[in-house]
Amino acid sequence: MLYREAGQFKTSYGADSQIFPIRQDRIGMALLLAVAFIVVPLTGSEYWFSAILIPFLVFALAAMGLNVLTGYAGQLSLGSAAFMAVGAYAAYNFQLRIEGIPLVLSFILAGCCAAAVGVLFGLPSLRIKGFYLAVATLAAQFFVVWVLTKFAWFSNDSSSGVISTPKMDFFGIAINSPVKKYVFVLGIVCVMAWLAKNMARSSTGRAWMAVRDMDVAAEVIGIPLMKTKLLAFAVSSFYCGVAGALYAFCYLGSVEPDGFSLDLSFRILFMVIIGGVGSILGSFLGSAFILLLPIFLDQVLPPLAALLHLPFTNASVSHIQLMIFGGLIIFFLIVEPHGLARLWQITKEKLRLWPFPH
Amino acid sequence: MQFFFEVAISGLLSGLMYSLVALGFVLIYKASGVFNFAQGAMVYFAALAVVGLMDQGLPMWAAIIGAFVIMLILGLATERFVLRKLVNQPAITLFMATIGLSFFLEGLGPLLFGGEVRAINLGIVDEPIAAIMDGIGIGISKFDLFASGMVAALVLLLALFFQKTKVGRALRAVADDHQAALSLGIPLQHIWAVVWGVAGFVALVAGLLWGSRNGVQFALTMTALKALPVLILGGFTSIPGAIVGGLIIGASEKLAEIYIPPVLQDLFGGNFGGIEGWFPYVFALLFLLVRPEGLFGERHIDRV
Repeated sequence: MLYREAGQFKTSYGADSQIFPIRQDRIGMALLLAVAFIVVPLTGSEYWFSAILIPFLVFALAAMGLNVLTGYAGQLSLGSAAFMAVGAYAAYNFQLRIEGIPLVLSFILAGCCAAAVGVLFGLPSLRIKGFYLAVATLAAQFFVVWVLTKFAWFSNDSSSGVISTPKMDFFGIAINSPVKKYVFVLGIVCVMAWLAKNMARSSTGRAWMAVRDMDVAAEVIGIPLMKTKLLAFAVSSFYCGVAGALYAFCYLGSVEPDGFSLDLSFRILFMVIIGGVGSILGSFLGSAFILLLPIFLDQVLPPLAALLHLPFTNASVSHIQLMIFGGLIIFFLIVEPHGLARLWQITKEKLRLWPFPH
Repeated sequence: MQFFFEVAISGLLSGLMYSLVALGFVLIYKASGVFNFAQGAMVYFAALAVVGLMDQGLPMWAAIIGAFVIMLILGLATERFVLRKLVNQPAITLFMATIGLSFFLEGLGPLLFGGEVRAINLGIVDEPIAAIMDGIGIGISKFDLFASGMVAALVLLLALFFQKTKVGRALRAVADDHQAALSLGIPLQHIWAVVWGVAGFVALVAGLLWGSRNGVQFALTMTALKALPVLILGGFTSIPGAIVGGLIIGASEKLAEIYIPPVLQDLFGGNFGGIEGWFPYVFALLFLLVRPEGLFGERHIDRV
């Protein structure tokens, strides 16, 4: 009853093309943002900020990056962690080597560096696609991590390539507590999600989707393939780069190149698949799901095993976790290829029709 | 010069081991068009099954047969519960499903058979053969020679299977054209089951060889990652390609590991080991730009 668009007439093009055309969505979004920006910082505990909320936002941003590439432009990438690494190390170096550079500017520049690397490794996509491209992005994954480990310049001559992030301040406000970090990350993620959403529904996004759905047809109708694909790589890597910088600066505080492993790339890919391929909302849902599932399993599995009198070790938790991740991927690919985001969409459609299902 | 040959030969021999994993990829790709990322996990799983069954007190030959049966069941289950449901989906979806499968197996294996590192002893020692060592002064390990013998035997066996048996012919028919094979009355699903069974068998052989050389451990799953550049180089659909690709990748990565770091060290200073980790990929990538279908691959390829 509450969620119904009847009576909401669009009288201008502006009203017709806004992001949330239904008034209830707009109110809901405003409420959500108010909660995220005001209520949560006032009420949340330090553990929640540093162990759950900040990584959730950072991974959501990285998943958004991969979603632009895989979900919208249809190019598979297994190297997202490498682009995150580029972003993290670039931001560190900009902070280190340029006196008084604003934090946000260094993040933007770090994103640009990641975008450049992304375009470089995206070049093969002009000639190849599918699995071949996956191998090309794997090359980026291994090569970037190796370079960051072996060339000590990137980590300011730290022997093992570990970087500790310097003090951060945002236009004079020191970002030193988990709450401040959370609000800072939230702000960046909101702006970038808004940009991504608009990109996806503009001509850029339509060009990506055309290339994804059928590249030959896209070229026939005049979409420049090369530009479109490389732009997708650039935007995707930019997002991953900023996510990497946030990962290093606001989440961990100190990272090493090996932290950006293939495993991290896979986790981000899983977030995209489970959350919803080709959906900005899906990136958030997937990130929350992949992040919360291990915590949930840690809580649930040991008592369950005790109940059934099964032998149980910490190793089995991680094995079962792997199995559940793998099983869920297959499950979602078979049953709901558009992921959690699609489930949400179905709920909304049902609500619109409620209480009459037809 | 002798050192160069020694490095090259050891590289070639370890490359044969990559070929073994790559063969599993090629078999499945040829017959079903699925790029099976889980091949490395299957190698790990098979090796774990062997040591797991031996832990239960079975003799080695029985454990190997038992592991083979397990791999067959696994292949059938994969076909039944994953692939059959994803028929007609884009290839990239199937690829992601096999990533899921690989995670599933990586969790299931240690859960069933225990995750600690164990050794498989095939009874072949990893030491240079004295006669060759004395004759031309190049050390060739007995184990490497044995492994390459196994690979050769396996390839011969597969070639016979594909060329001489009825099932083999049906497999090739399916590989050429699913629809035409179906309309000739070849049951596609049986064929896929056979293919997964064969791939499981190849994974078992690879698992035994890799496991007895490096111990049965999680790192075995990484063999799949080494096999990817081999495939790119050799072509996705070619068994000889997998062999030749493996040899080239094996030799070139060992040579790169020996000869490139000193050059970098002169230029920049510091330690630059570990080139092995990415060299095959970059090499395959550059090759891809020149010849996208690989050395022996079919010329038909998704070009854009």
